[in-house]
Amino acid sequence: MANSDNNRRKFMATTLQSVGLAALGGMLWSGYCDEAAASPLVLRPPGALPEKDFLDACIKCGMCAEACVNRESNVDKETGKQRPGTLQMAKGGDHRLIGTPFFTPREVPCYMCDDIPCVPVCPSGALDMPSLLNDKNELDINKANMGLAVVHKESCIAFWGLQCDACYRACPLLDEAISLEYMKNERTGKHAFLLPVVHSDVCTGCGLCEKACVTEKPAIFVLPREHSMGKVGSHYVKGWDIKDQERAGERKIEEIETKTKRSEKAPADYLNREIEY
Amino acid sequence: MKNLKYLLLRRVTQIGLLVLYFGANAYGWTILKGTFGSSLLFGVIPLADPYTTLQVLATGFVLGADVLLGALIITLFYMIVGGRAFCSWVCPINMVTDLANWLRRKLNLDKEEVNYRFLKRRARYWIMVLGLIVSAIVGIAAFEALSPITIMQRGIIFGFGAGISVVIAIFLFDLFGVKNGWCGHLCPLGATYSLIGKASLIRVKHDHEACTACMECKVVCPENQVLHMINKESISVTDGECTNCGRCVDVCNDNALEFGIRSFTNSKSTKEKK
Repeated sequence: MANSDNNRRKFMATTLQSVGLAALGGMLWSGYCDEAAASPLVLRPPGALPEKDFLDACIKCGMCAEACVNRESNVDKETGKQRPGTLQMAKGGDHRLIGTPFFTPREVPCYMCDDIPCVPVCPSGALDMPSLLNDKNELDINKANMGLAVVHKESCIAFWGLQCDACYRACPLLDEAISLEYMKNERTGKHAFLLPVVHSDVCTGCGLCEKACVTEKPAIFVLPREHSMGKVGSHYVKGWDIKDQERAGERKIEEIETKTKRSEKAPADYLNREIEY
Repeated sequence: MKNLKYLLLRRVTQIGLLVLYFGANAYGWTILKGTFGSSLLFGVIPLADPYTTLQVLATGFVLGADVLLGALIITLFYMIVGGRAFCSWVCPINMVTDLANWLRRKLNLDKEEVNYRFLKRRARYWIMVLGLIVSAIVGIAAFEALSPITIMQRGIIFGFGAGISVVIAIFLFDLFGVKNGWCGHLCPLGATYSLIGKASLIRVKHDHEACTACMECKVVCPENQVLHMINKESISVTDGECTNCGRCVDVCNDNALEFGIRSFTNSKSTKEKK
């Protein structure tokens, strides 16, 4: 009897120990995975699902990167040798979820191949082919949404008044994704600024502009769209644009909160109050 | 002279597969593309790792048909050849842990009783289940975020970076920590293949009549709990944790161990040897 009692106690203890260790391990493991996945400033291949879904879906097989580096067009025209591919598989030390494909435009931008070799090979659906099909049901790289280029005007020499249109010329969607806006140069009084302006509805985020930029650290660079775009919300609409007014209808009237801590007080109080820091 | 037949065959298979994968990236070969997570054989046949597939499904993502079909093909394949044949014939980490094991014997680290008792061989099954739960909670394939197997394989194909430290860590753990620590205690992939291979056809058979009880097989076996029948019964090794590595067959001087087709009747047919 005593023996079976001992056995039962031992069984209970080891079960408790196993469950406890599993809980500990699970928490550490979850924490690690959560941190490992938190690298938002990363550019993914064309057709990639939104980052969160992409991290779910990517099975880390590397077939996109293999298709990218081995495409026929990937030859250095001068030496005839193969160039490094655009897509790299994240290694330890890259500070991105290990084994997922990404690219760094300043090193190798996406050359926007017509046949998009990297996407159809994806077995898991992390690179979503239907999202890149046009009206004629053909693959269309111009539908890619890898990121959005932004210009830092203080380091862009075109904003100094120097004539540089390197990014504009490098853009595969010339005059659509990047246009040049002319402005009078008041400093000299007789020259023009030719300023690069990126259009977010067309830019694919290929990064050819970032690669072409002449400054030491590029003045035009690609960021994931959620990091380079703002969002107006439904408080402000273009009153002159019927289509834009539909956005206001997205919110129900009772959801629209116009009262704030300050607006509760009388307007005169508002003007006389000190500034809150 | 020790017989090295299966050891050499395993190394040729392991390295050969890695060369094919490497060539797919470096030279555009189309025989075997991808990584263990998901591959393409001869440009048509999809292959996918069952445990990785389960992890991705656990995150809630509905995978493409290629991966699902590939996982099915791999599962069926290892159901026949012995689940953990993956571990000893394919997995590149096997070469690392085998080296650690060999060094343990050479450095007499096995002589001391330094095996850490808290780590049980069944820990891997807990880790396997835990990996799926963590995948579901965090929303990324949890084991794939740190798997030394695919880190090593991708390292060979695409370059290691700091990932080499994971491989070194496994080596040090197996050498100075727990004997067969990674492959025999922790690896959830091995656990999955153990379950897949439970009923596999290709098995090591033991001939009790021929055995002289030298117990060399138990010394070299990385999962020696599966060899409980040695010098007792003439049956097949049926435990799913057997990796079908053939070390015991190589080391046996009495022809008491050989690969064969599993006998489902479990008859104690003792072969007459002369």
